Amino acid sequence: MLEKPTAQVKTPAGGSGVGISDILRNWSVPIFFLVISIAGIIAARLDINYLVNEVVGRFGRNAFLVISLIIPVMAGLGLNFGIVVGAMAGQTALVIVTHYQVEGLAGFALAAVISVPIAMLLGLLVGKVLNRAKGREMVTSMIMGYFANGIYQLVFLVLLGTLIPMKDPVLMLGSGIGLRNTIDLIGLSYSLDRAMDWLWNGFVFTSVGAARLGPWRFPLCTLFIIGILCVLTTFITRTKLGQEMRAVGQDMHIAQVAGINVDRTRIIAIMMSTVLAAWGQLIFLQNLGTFNTYSSHEQVGMFSVAAILVGGATTRRATIWNAIVGTLLFHTLFVVSPLAGQRLFGVSQVGEYFRSFLAYGVIAVALALHAWQGRSSKQSK
Amino acid sequence: MRNGHVLELKGISKGFFGTTVLKGVSLDIRPGEIHALVGENGAGKSTLMNILFGMQVIQDTGGFEGQVVVDGQAVTIDSPRRAMELGIGMVHQEFMLIPGFTVSENIKLNREPTRGNLASRIFGHRLETLDEPLMQADSRMALGKLALSIDEMALVGGMPVGHMQFVEIAREIDKKNVRLLVFDEPTAVLAESEASLLLDAMKRLSSEGIAILFITHRLDEVMEVADNITILRDGEVVSRMPRSEAKLGRIAELMVGRKIERPVLPPRKSEPSDEDMVLRIENFRVDMPGERVRGLDLSVRRGEILGIGGLAGHGKVGIANGVIGLYPSTGRVAKDGSQIPLNDPKQALLSGMAFVSEDRRGVGLLLDESIEMNIILTAMQVQGKFLRPGALQSLRLEDRSAMREHALEVMRDLDIRCTGPTQLVRRLSGGNQQKVCLGRAFTMEPEVLWVSEPTRGIDVGAKQLVLDLLVKFNREHGMTIVMTSSELAELRKICDRIAIVYRGQIAGILPPDAPDVDFGLIMAGKGAALEEVS
Repeated sequence: MLEKPTAQVKTPAGGSGVGISDILRNWSVPIFFLVISIAGIIAARLDINYLVNEVVGRFGRNAFLVISLIIPVMAGLGLNFGIVVGAMAGQTALVIVTHYQVEGLAGFALAAVISVPIAMLLGLLVGKVLNRAKGREMVTSMIMGYFANGIYQLVFLVLLGTLIPMKDPVLMLGSGIGLRNTIDLIGLSYSLDRAMDWLWNGFVFTSVGAARLGPWRFPLCTLFIIGILCVLTTFITRTKLGQEMRAVGQDMHIAQVAGINVDRTRIIAIMMSTVLAAWGQLIFLQNLGTFNTYSSHEQVGMFSVAAILVGGATTRRATIWNAIVGTLLFHTLFVVSPLAGQRLFGVSQVGEYFRSFLAYGVIAVALALHAWQGRSSKQSK
Repeated sequence: MRNGHVLELKGISKGFFGTTVLKGVSLDIRPGEIHALVGENGAGKSTLMNILFGMQVIQDTGGFEGQVVVDGQAVTIDSPRRAMELGIGMVHQEFMLIPGFTVSENIKLNREPTRGNLASRIFGHRLETLDEPLMQADSRMALGKLALSIDEMALVGGMPVGHMQFVEIAREIDKKNVRLLVFDEPTAVLAESEASLLLDAMKRLSSEGIAILFITHRLDEVMEVADNITILRDGEVVSRMPRSEAKLGRIAELMVGRKIERPVLPPRKSEPSDEDMVLRIENFRVDMPGERVRGLDLSVRRGEILGIGGLAGHGKVGIANGVIGLYPSTGRVAKDGSQIPLNDPKQALLSGMAFVSEDRRGVGLLLDESIEMNIILTAMQVQGKFLRPGALQSLRLEDRSAMREHALEVMRDLDIRCTGPTQLVRRLSGGNQQKVCLGRAFTMEPEVLWVSEPTRGIDVGAKQLVLDLLVKFNREHGMTIVMTSSELAELRKICDRIAIVYRGQIAGILPPDAPDVDFGLIMAGKGAALEEVS
């Protein structure tokens, strides 16, 4: 029969996805990477305490950036590689704050405030371009990231000290033009991570039976901020604006006919994402305590996208859980793979190779798995 | 002041690029009235609705003449939003529903009730929280008015089409000020039982004082629910009448009727007959979206020109596309007694058939290739013509001189107006592009030629040339031609028999000189009523 099957009414959202097969189907991508991670951990014979400490630290560093990807996916813009632009805004704010030597949590907060208008402006520009490239947002945002990198370098390598008057022998090159390659963030280092240490120093130290756990150090305040961001993102989805974004994301034409301003909604989504990415980059860098002026932002888009994909997100659907699970898994793989490579092949370069292979390989595998998943669910209809 | 009419259209005229689509159309609707608007494809119904809803396309093509009066006041409707504010709602033919949203989210799309919160006080009303309980309660009420129990929390994707249609209606009547609802062929996609539910719902709505403008092809439905009937033909109101005075046969005749001059066609050596069938199609189903074929049987006589007509959406276009293998199909197609494998265009072409697609610029032509290449390509790919001899099939080179010679011959025979065989097809006019398509099919030297909408989108003069060409192919080369067209008039000009498709099946086969009424009735699904009328 060629007629469509008719009596196939889905149960309400709450009732679906209970069965084990549903769970397997919805989470097949993360499960796949979980298996790889466990295999890697076993192969590397890794110390669990080291792993947990590393992964939690890296999670705090990166999760905010990954969560900033959710809103554009909801609005149908796909995975926003353009968060690179947001990262640049964050770094610009950091340069300003470092130059005026504002330190500690106050310095971090000031950088966060300064980065907002810059990120909003850049987000507006990216959004406008993406509205002209409907249907090709992902590749456009990626190329925009490269293009913005050129402008960023022009500003900080050439214009600073010539057109933009600035004198700072610590930050700038000896010639008085352009910034140094590396900027030390001593004053801001861990300013957010440890801001709540007066409450509890964040160390976990315990033993379960014979097994000794710890010491693990948790970036308490950062985790707290990430928690707030999760709540806020959920809140947005339940507002009028969130509903408009979801409608635009599902079908632009129908949203338009219903009187929703599609272009404006898309721009707002990109601006939000860009501002969040700027803040995410601040969190990332205060944890590292130093940044490479001309390259810290470069990989941000790629790695965040890889992380959320590992978490089971698709270009059309991404949740907070995808972001959290993905960040944890991606960083586990990131920590484990070089060690596993070294243990298996005995050469440390192989381990490094494993790491970069991983980031790109993960994107390819995750996208391929999704395509396969999409096809099998279409066939089962 | 009110004069008792919800909506009056006064002398609406509209032209697109010099062709007049509407000529002085007027229409009045009172509250609670069901007013049926009937007409063939291309009679101007959709243009009239586009004007009523202030669609952008109308302004982009120079606006329209005439006046729209709502509640006795002349209004300018320049956007769908304005129409909505005036209380005019539309139930679209293709659903305007978001599959990933629940029923209540769809009903309330962009009209969600909200509650203020801290964030909205700072950042504005767009950050207000959705009031989901209220959304669901309102949706239940709207669905209740239609006497239908659909779970308002269910996702729309995966619902039966009939339910989607009702969700769409529920959305319109949920709008508080709605006074006029336009139903654009709402039953086209529905099964019989769903359609009757819908008609009931329409009656219920009208009894609550909502005026309904009912656009449809199905005359039996018109007779069942409409209070008044307006018949549109070629952009003009040809008649209007209350239902009490209407007769099915009369409406059908008015809908289709126009003078047809059948030119005298050149005679054949022997007339095609039922003894010699070239093609038999049995229980044929094609899954072409919007043009489904559902279990059709058809036989084609050798050497005839068979016309396939019918209204849009009933599957006439699906037949040729299915036989050639462009859309998934099942059933049995046999040529000269041997079965042709389905869903395989290459086999279909190899079996001596060729196809001129209705989608000329999409499927039919390689727009950025030369005329010459377009003419020979299919024959080269499928039949290996115009290739130099070579050991390996895939390494044989093209025979340029043979290609050029043949292209020039076709261009001369079909009178293709161009700068030369190397001109890009994109630069040609619609008529000449169509001739290139025909030239390519002709190069295949098929026994059976399928032609879909051969005159769509080309000017009047070129139309006649294309029809003449088909007759020439048929008479001089004995080619059997199956021609699908929305224009009944042109089918009646050149065909030997005309098969009318209704709901994916052949509803009847008529001679080209059958009266208008018969065509009208069969197209409207009232073939059985033929005897009763005549």
